[in-house]
Amino acid sequence: MLLKLAMRNIWRNKRRTIITATSIFIAVFAAVSVESLKRGVWDNMINGVVNGYTGFVQVHQKGYWEERSIDQAFSFDESFQNLDQKVSNIKAVIPRIESFVLASHKEETKGGLLVGIDPTKENNLTKLADKLIEGAYLEAEDNAVLLAEGLAEELELTIGDSIVFISQGYRATNADGIYKVKGILEFKSPDQNRKMVYMPLKCAQDLFALNEDGQNLVTALAFKINDKNHIPKIVETLKADLDTETEYDVMTWEEMLPELTQTRELDEGGSKVSQFILYLIITFGIFGTVLMMTKERVYEFGVLLSIGMKRTQLTISIWLEIVLIGFLGTLVGILGGYGLVYYLYNNPIKLTGEIATIYEDYGINPILITSLDFDIFLKQALTVFIITSLLALYPLLKIRRLKPVEAMRS
Amino acid sequence: MSNNNNKTVITTKGVTKVYNPKTIPVHALDGVDLEIKAGEFTAIVGPSGSGKTTLLNAIGGLDRPTEGSIEIAGVDIATLSDGKMIEFRRNNIGFVFQAYNLIPVLTAKENVEFVMLLQGKKKAAMDSRTKELLESVGLGDKMNNRPAQLSGGQQQRVAVARALASKPQFVLADEPTANLDSKSTANLLDIMARLNKEENITFIFSTHDQRVIDRARRVVTLVDGKVFSDEYK
Ligand SMILES: Nc1ncnc2c1ncn2[C@@H]1O[C@H](COP(=O)(O)OP(=O)(O)OP(=O)(O)O)[C@@H](O)[C@H]1O
Ligand SMILES: [Mg+2]
Repeated sequence: MLLKLAMRNIWRNKRRTIITATSIFIAVFAAVSVESLKRGVWDNMINGVVNGYTGFVQVHQKGYWEERSIDQAFSFDESFQNLDQKVSNIKAVIPRIESFVLASHKEETKGGLLVGIDPTKENNLTKLADKLIEGAYLEAEDNAVLLAEGLAEELELTIGDSIVFISQGYRATNADGIYKVKGILEFKSPDQNRKMVYMPLKCAQDLFALNEDGQNLVTALAFKINDKNHIPKIVETLKADLDTETEYDVMTWEEMLPELTQTRELDEGGSKVSQFILYLIITFGIFGTVLMMTKERVYEFGVLLSIGMKRTQLTISIWLEIVLIGFLGTLVGILGGYGLVYYLYNNPIKLTGEIATIYEDYGINPILITSLDFDIFLKQALTVFIITSLLALYPLLKIRRLKPVEAMRS
Repeated sequence: MSNNNNKTVITTKGVTKVYNPKTIPVHALDGVDLEIKAGEFTAIVGPSGSGKTTLLNAIGGLDRPTEGSIEIAGVDIATLSDGKMIEFRRNNIGFVFQAYNLIPVLTAKENVEFVMLLQGKKKAAMDSRTKELLESVGLGDKMNNRPAQLSGGQQQRVAVARALASKPQFVLADEPTANLDSKSTANLLDIMARLNKEENITFIFSTHDQRVIDRARRVVTLVDGKVFSDEYK
């Protein structure tokens, strides 16, 4: 009965319903948009960093990520090569051999990070060829390297010169070799620009003695994954598939890049404050409407009490009324918010000037983009809905103290 | 006539109401003693400000007196909690206010139904009683009009129908005809008189209107919050 009454009130006083619903709509709309933009900006940043090197998920031999020893290489056999067909949403499997080397030219010697890659697959994940500023990109059969610009400068190397690497190979063998410089790469991150060296996978296997008996050893497998929401499922499948007790580690970008994760958590802490302020504004906005609505209806409340409606009944019916309007406003808010967010997702705001440069330095697309993650909508809408439900308790205070005679005088 | 006609159903003893006791005290009622018997049709008259509304509100439990006691149908209403008072009012007292006090967003039918809805009546019973009441006040064809779509007299008749919906023993009406033309006034009085006879409902109404006073069988006159005279006709 009280529900019916509430519905009738909503339906009969459309102006009031629309005003109240609008205030809630604006609240949800604002909360959803702000949160989505924040999440989108972070996702963009993470995508930039993650796709620039690690990928979202990697498989290593157990303990490799901490020790980084070439001895922890494992066989890139057929079962690994076919993972992109076996596990849905893995778009490509990208094998790598990573090891620190001493790189020399003439009298100069520098430390570098050598990465053996499958040139085509690597380019598919990290767009390595786009970083080329001189020379040509690698072919699988090449016996040549690509050098980061900074390293090339320090070693005074240009295209066509020879570079010598010395390192330790698989199981304490000696690793050394001489290679032609085929191309120069420019990295926006200064650290990478000082140390990166790329060579074809086969070449690296020869250098580090990783294919002596045809075992086709590598140190890491990265995966091309288009949507980071697929990560948990993929990780789960991989963990079920591989012996992660003793043989392998399956790591996500969050585990591989703890600094990035920490920075984000820090930022989220900071934005808690701004979120709190937003919610405060929302609360006052909705409270204003509830206050108005209550004031406007004091007379009606007085009549209802005087003809025998109990205070609890009246309170419940008004509460239901506001909550139902809240539900309506929330729903429309989600739809409207989604509309805006969807538009901004497809037409992101381009950053210009200094900020854009900083973004680009870290390999991040300089745009403000939103996120369409479903949980944003759910969480924000739920929060506003809960705020509304609590504010809907305000009339309770009013009704509890209402004197029918005085109320009807107004 | 019903056999409990001479039974006292409302007793007020020394009822006093002081508004603003701390600032500028107004003695709206000053020791009102009244006994109302079942089935009486009583008019409370008196000049403006003499305390008519205050007395009706006190009897109906809408407002509590500063002093004195009120007993209705054997219940000392001072002993009822706020919630119990509301429930008691819902089941025993129908109010008709000077300003009609209908709920603007509800239709005539819904306004009348409301109390029965609160009483948890079945839909069929509710529908037939609402129809019967609105027809008896001559508004059978205006059931689905909202108050704004009714004249003052029609609204007041809806208010009377509403007051009777719960089958109360008592109807308290505060200047029910104050805003009505003479035709509507006569009409409303006929309805009230008929209900008083047929359903043996005890009516107490305040009024300034000589035509209404003429129809009453008992006239209580208040002056300055005191009973000045009390006559049966
Ligand atoms: N809420 C209130 N606060 C202060 N004084 C009040 C209040 N209600 C009524 N009064 C005063 O109490 C006295 C009695 O008022 P009441 O409304 O009972 O008179 P009444 O006989 O109904 O008058 P009327 O014929 O004009 O309706 C008046 O002097 C009035 O000003
Ligand atoms: Mg009055």
